[in-house]
Amino acid sequence: MASLVGSRVERKEDKRFLTGKGRYTADINLANQTYAIFVRSPHARASIKKLNIDKALKSSGIVSILTGKEIADDKIGGLIAGWAIRSEDGTEMKCPGNPPLAKDNVNFVGDPVAVVIAESLAEAKEAAEKVEVDYKVLKAVTSTADAMNGDTIHEGIDKNLCFDWLLGDRQKVKEAFDKADKVISIDIINNRLIPNAMEPRACVADYNAASEEITLYTTSQNPHLSRLIMSAFGNVAPEHKLRVVAPDVGGGFGSKINVYNEDIVCSWAAKKINRAIKWVAERSESFLTDIHGRDHVTHAELAVTKDGKFLGFKNETIANLGAYARVFGTVTPTYLFGPCATGVYEIPAAYTNVKAVYTNTAPVDAYRGAGRPEATYTIERLVEKASMELGIDKTELRIKNFPTAFPFKQTLVHTVDSGDYVAGMEKAKQMADYKGFEARRKESEAKGKLRGIGVTSYFEACGIAPSAAVMSLGCGVGLWESAEVRFNPTGQVTVYTGSHSHGQSHQTTFAQIAADELGVPIENIDIVHGDTDKGTFGMGTYGSRSLAVGGIAIVNACKKIVEKGKRVTAKMLEANPEDVEFKDGEFIVSKSNKKKTIGEVAFACYLPGVRDEMKSPLPEGDEPGLKETSFYDPSNFSFPAGTHIAEVEIDPETGHVKLEKYTACDDFGRIINPMVVEGQVHGGLAQGIGQALYENAEYDETGQLMTGSYMDYTMPRADNFPEFNIGYTCTHATTNPLGVKGCGEAGAIAAPPTVMNAVIDALGGQEVTMPATAEKVWKACKNLKKSNAKAA
Amino acid sequence: MGKISLEVNGRKVEKEAPDNTLLSTFLREYLQLTGTHIGCDTSQCGACVVHVDGNSLKSCTALAADINGSKVTTIEGLETNGKMHPMQEAFKKLHGLQCGFCTPGMVMSAVDLLQKNKKPSDTEIRDWLEGNICRCTGYQNIVAAVKEAATKM
Repeated sequence: MASLVGSRVERKEDKRFLTGKGRYTADINLANQTYAIFVRSPHARASIKKLNIDKALKSSGIVSILTGKEIADDKIGGLIAGWAIRSEDGTEMKCPGNPPLAKDNVNFVGDPVAVVIAESLAEAKEAAEKVEVDYKVLKAVTSTADAMNGDTIHEGIDKNLCFDWLLGDRQKVKEAFDKADKVISIDIINNRLIPNAMEPRACVADYNAASEEITLYTTSQNPHLSRLIMSAFGNVAPEHKLRVVAPDVGGGFGSKINVYNEDIVCSWAAKKINRAIKWVAERSESFLTDIHGRDHVTHAELAVTKDGKFLGFKNETIANLGAYARVFGTVTPTYLFGPCATGVYEIPAAYTNVKAVYTNTAPVDAYRGAGRPEATYTIERLVEKASMELGIDKTELRIKNFPTAFPFKQTLVHTVDSGDYVAGMEKAKQMADYKGFEARRKESEAKGKLRGIGVTSYFEACGIAPSAAVMSLGCGVGLWESAEVRFNPTGQVTVYTGSHSHGQSHQTTFAQIAADELGVPIENIDIVHGDTDKGTFGMGTYGSRSLAVGGIAIVNACKKIVEKGKRVTAKMLEANPEDVEFKDGEFIVSKSNKKKTIGEVAFACYLPGVRDEMKSPLPEGDEPGLKETSFYDPSNFSFPAGTHIAEVEIDPETGHVKLEKYTACDDFGRIINPMVVEGQVHGGLAQGIGQALYENAEYDETGQLMTGSYMDYTMPRADNFPEFNIGYTCTHATTNPLGVKGCGEAGAIAAPPTVMNAVIDALGGQEVTMPATAEKVWKACKNLKKSNAKAA
Repeated sequence: MGKISLEVNGRKVEKEAPDNTLLSTFLREYLQLTGTHIGCDTSQCGACVVHVDGNSLKSCTALAADINGSKVTTIEGLETNGKMHPMQEAFKKLHGLQCGFCTPGMVMSAVDLLQKNKKPSDTEIRDWLEGNICRCTGYQNIVAAVKEAATKM
């Protein structure tokens, strides 16, 4: 049987999506359902003086109106941060309460204060307009850089500071800087982004009075984790009385990791009114209330020798958490950021200091890459600047500081098990025709255009995560993953995974893995996910963990199936279990060459009695049935890496940046389905290039979101991109049996510095902040003309 | 309230609906054709594209009442006798979709492009799809799928 792992298997999920049969949360309608509209704060910071629902209650079709008072009276808990971070001085981080409906204070535009539930959506909307809220508007804090000087947003949290965290050794860094020939320094703004999964968030909550069970259909990347949080912290229902279903989910990119206010409120309210409640976000609500990403202000320095050896690195960052700390809000700018801050380089001394601040803006949390894009942007911009200042070729300078051997013990935290960064660089240069760039630059010049080339070498820590490691760093849960592999008596296989697919293709790639492990045709394998009533448990999908953690759980459960199958075959064929081998779906007794197919063995496991000439196939101690579970906890993170090269051409007359070429050469370890991996790379690149050239979330000084629709927030379109040139090198991960590393976030991590390095190269080294809009670039081109004229 | 009469995917339908009912709402809520998706509230994303009398249209921009009497094709109506349309086949073959949410609008828009331009260039495809936002694919495989479909239609 040919191996499916490594093949371009077409996706099992596609037909339903292509024929309109996908079932997303907004497509679900339950009998006798009601409709919810949330009344949201129009102010970024205010106290609620009075909330009057009398008029709204008289509106037609009203079922119920619930406010922060009722939710507090019912002791429903608030939203939480999943990681406890400790400051450099040893104090614990400071987190404000975040009730699902605000009772006393609102802290960002969109913060919900009441829910209006009506017989129809139109009636709910009409009544919501009649809810009267008397606010005392307070001065908002919106600037990341100045947040510590603003008014105190949350009582008792001085300087709006959640924590002041340090990773690394300041003294060693000081010593390294003292020895340096040169210090390269840079100031960076990592622009705020809005994830914008195409499916707006939604939920449908139902209550069954007979079983006293709440069912919540929701747009989640991790239904089990949602249930755990809603139960343990939200006090919505005990876990066994709360079922969370995440059906087809239209993209997440981190924005659907969090439990949101609406999930808790609708679940709680459905029980209260004893009817189903449906809520679907309008896009404008998504802009205001989905978690946002990035938003760092950084000063970084690199100490170098004159021949380009890196000696020391420091990174001082202010990270905006928004109004509240959410699930991955505090870990994103710390442990997902700091350990990757030194990039792919041997730097003997380094530290990262992060001050995480509250502002009156939407909560900031994990968005594709989460911390690693910010880390990579800083070090790669700095290295590029170093190459300019030292006059050393940008690729040579990088190679000079790459690790020469693996495992590579990084300065700060990680031990990278495998990689070959030089091979990745050389291949990327070849793919991009790096040598031919100067000729292309001259051609552009002849047309009156400016051409630039940018390079990034990155690595990321993903496959999140070894439980022992993350729990020692403050994570509130273990980050293992589970799988259950169940043979039906007639030979088909159902695989339950705790991961969740919202575009990642698990239905196909996980089936490829199980098909190879079990020797069962892929069409006889179903992957089931997204329902707490079905799988055992699961931590969900984020941090490129589905394959490197969830996939290995599937492999391990399959191996247990095979082990039992060997015992059963031995009994059936009167052989020693040690003499039974398994290959391509057959159990073979090596001595006699007698065999049983895995289908026959599965069938026998379900018919353990005496039948015809056959005695019971079950060895003593084995139970009937054929079903195995695995909880896999990785021993290390996985470390994809690569080099990306971009070329841009700038029209100095208009400031328009045209991305001419983009080359990505990545090492993802073993690849299960090359077609799917290419898709993941393309998508990540589009988001990364989007950050560099187009996207920006902007609040004004009063805390109003100025980019609250697709009219204002520039989403990348088809005509914004060239055809990407994708290639790979391959070193297998040594810490998992598949040798896989993960591929979902790479593009979003590597693309921003790659593109910006190219833009800044074209502009003769002039700094431009992301996104490099035509206006900013045009101004830089004018400066360039002036300085050129002076030089002449 | 008024009577909306349409031919949707070859089937005549007649429903009473408020005059301000958008075509997208009419399809999803009155006909349960949930393949047409709503991704925004400003007619930017294109997830709701259907064909009205043969031309692609963002169904969130039209009132159902305004197109009374028209022939509407949605993503559910693109198959013939259970066989996928060449555009659907090409999207599957070339991985032109990931989460699937923008896909119905993307496919309907692409089918209309090939009705109007049988052999579009890469640039023409990218320009045409400017009104359809995809957050997953980076568009590359969508462009490839449209080109592939052009060879089959």
